[in-house]
Amino acid sequence: MKSTDKPKVAFFDFAGCEGCQLTVIDSLQNHPALLDAVDIVQFREAMSEKGDDYKIAFVEGSCTRPADENRLKTIREQAQIVIALGACAHLGGVNALRNWQSQAEVQRYVYGRMAVSQDSYPARPIEAVIPIDGFVPGCPIDREEFVQIAKMLLQGRQLRIPDYPVCVECKLKENECVFNYGKACLGPITRAGCGAICPSNGVGCDGCRGPISTPNMEGMKIALAEHGIDEDVFIKQIKLFQSYQLIHDKRDVHGSQ
Amino acid sequence: MAASNQKNVRIDLHHLTRVEGHGNIVINASKGVLEQCDLEIVEAPRFFEAMLRGLPYEQASHLASRICGICAVTHATASLRAVENALGVQNSPQTSLLRLLNLYGEILDSHILHVYMLVAPDLLGVGSVIPLAKSAPEVVLRALRMKKLAGDICGFVCGRHTHPIGMMVGGFTHLPTEEQLINLDERLQDTRQDVDATVELFQSLTLPDFERDTEYIALRKDDEYCFMDGEITSTDGGSWPLELYREVTNEFQVAHSTAKHARHQRQSYMVGALARYNINQDKLHPKARSAANALDLGTKTTNPYMNTTAQVVEIVHCVEESIQTIQRLLENGIKPEEPAKPSRISGGGVGACEAPRGTLFHNYVIKNEIISDANCVIPTAQNLANIEADMQVLVPSILDRTSDEISQQVEMLVRAYDPCISCSAHTLEVTFV
Repeated sequence: MKSTDKPKVAFFDFAGCEGCQLTVIDSLQNHPALLDAVDIVQFREAMSEKGDDYKIAFVEGSCTRPADENRLKTIREQAQIVIALGACAHLGGVNALRNWQSQAEVQRYVYGRMAVSQDSYPARPIEAVIPIDGFVPGCPIDREEFVQIAKMLLQGRQLRIPDYPVCVECKLKENECVFNYGKACLGPITRAGCGAICPSNGVGCDGCRGPISTPNMEGMKIALAEHGIDEDVFIKQIKLFQSYQLIHDKRDVHGSQ
Repeated sequence: MAASNQKNVRIDLHHLTRVEGHGNIVINASKGVLEQCDLEIVEAPRFFEAMLRGLPYEQASHLASRICGICAVTHATASLRAVENALGVQNSPQTSLLRLLNLYGEILDSHILHVYMLVAPDLLGVGSVIPLAKSAPEVVLRALRMKKLAGDICGFVCGRHTHPIGMMVGGFTHLPTEEQLINLDERLQDTRQDVDATVELFQSLTLPDFERDTEYIALRKDDEYCFMDGEITSTDGGSWPLELYREVTNEFQVAHSTAKHARHQRQSYMVGALARYNINQDKLHPKARSAANALDLGTKTTNPYMNTTAQVVEIVHCVEESIQTIQRLLENGIKPEEPAKPSRISGGGVGACEAPRGTLFHNYVIKNEIISDANCVIPTAQNLANIEADMQVLVPSILDRTSDEISQQVEMLVRAYDPCISCSAHTLEVTFV
């Protein structure tokens, strides 16, 4: 394969912690050959060179201000393939927790008397602004899943990631269900692909990968009730990463719209 | 070329590269006189303090870690310490040792990223670590190898470096096994040759020669080089308990920028590895002391570019201290423990840790198990005034060079601080003309 055959790839970041891009860098620890398969033309955090002729764009972070929309549209115009990288870009993620409060109140609280009108509005996933061709879910992304998705893109294959609940992976690992410890877990309605890492570490799934396409909310309610877990606890858990969906998609916590 | 006293210089560096987060540098000099020299933070404000409000205290550390991908463990730990201090939680010795080991892992992960991937390219004349993969593959593989070990320390202790899973108020939901700790111990001992190679590499590289004395601030403890708890300590003298952090940080507005700055006994102060070294060097592990000598770090070093050098010394220190800490944990054996419980449901508390780039404070007020108020003071925000003060002295002294050379020196200065801009919860977007 000639070097001219290597697809040009770029990484962009908006409002986020850059943890997903760091995970991309860390994925090279086990897959250093990935660097040979692509031509990275832009990756601000890791390199100074900057090229604008990318074909595949990975975008991390949420859109949180009008200026971001212009940047996103430029990226969409240039790239053949735009992939949302991580929960902030895919779902809005934790950035959208502040959407429950008014913009004015949030600014007043953080900046006090010095609050000036800022170029800031309720946080949203990038798909609210531009169409995307796929996403790598999670907060942060799973590095092995990222590598799998990168391979699918390079091979021109359709992107396929699990559409079954985290419970499946949890059971395959023979974990004891954290519901038995009275912990709320969003596993039954959340997309697998992370190896059920959170329940494997003794905490309930917090839904960072987003819901599967047909979440069984009735089953979820029954599981909560059977284990004496207040629905209030469940709502607080789902708000962490899916506030945007709850507020802006007007999806109620029971999954109906 | 015009003499420096005639020079007009205009430099606009948009979105600095090889730093975490988004910042611009603007330099404006007219007829050799510096009129403007600003580091503008253009990171989108994220309003974490507003989001922490209303959260049940159990969730705080999970949200707090999302402030930053590199300092996730430090944010989570400072957040936990704030809650624990607010609600009267007494951690077991095992919990404290594991938390410390976790912090060492993050310091190592971050410093290795910084010295090899963000700073070394400048010193080796390349734009990034990627060309080094071809020209010096053993260097890049070494960095990836060391970074993997660091990430695994955090992975075994708390489930994942970015973002921690198994830490909670009063303890852990999941403990590393003794086999995992033994595995880490062996790998840490093996990594000593990579650490030595890192010190040798930095002995061979030349950093810019620039000195500016300033106030240095870090946490300090009597019995160890401090990364968690302790007292706030200054090279200008004095120490303060954590509860009085606001007296030290004094965040204030500056006229030219809506980003908040901090100042204490001078116009600005510095936090980070160099500050920690200046304040805690008597507590360095002997191997780290030797490395510091080999790298020309003296009693008080005032060259900000040598913040990177201090990070190399901390890499040595944290590898050795991780080995010691694991051996202490193994001597006692890892015991399953219920997390320590709060003794009250309301209260205020400050948690402080040394993030890779400096002292981090989380301060919460909790009412009936819900966070009612939150304040986070970020190391990079504390450094902003000091970076600008350095630039204001550096730039006039190099105005006679080309714009490219001036840009590079200034970018390298900012990079030396290892800024973590998206962490800077208190910074605002500047609309720049």
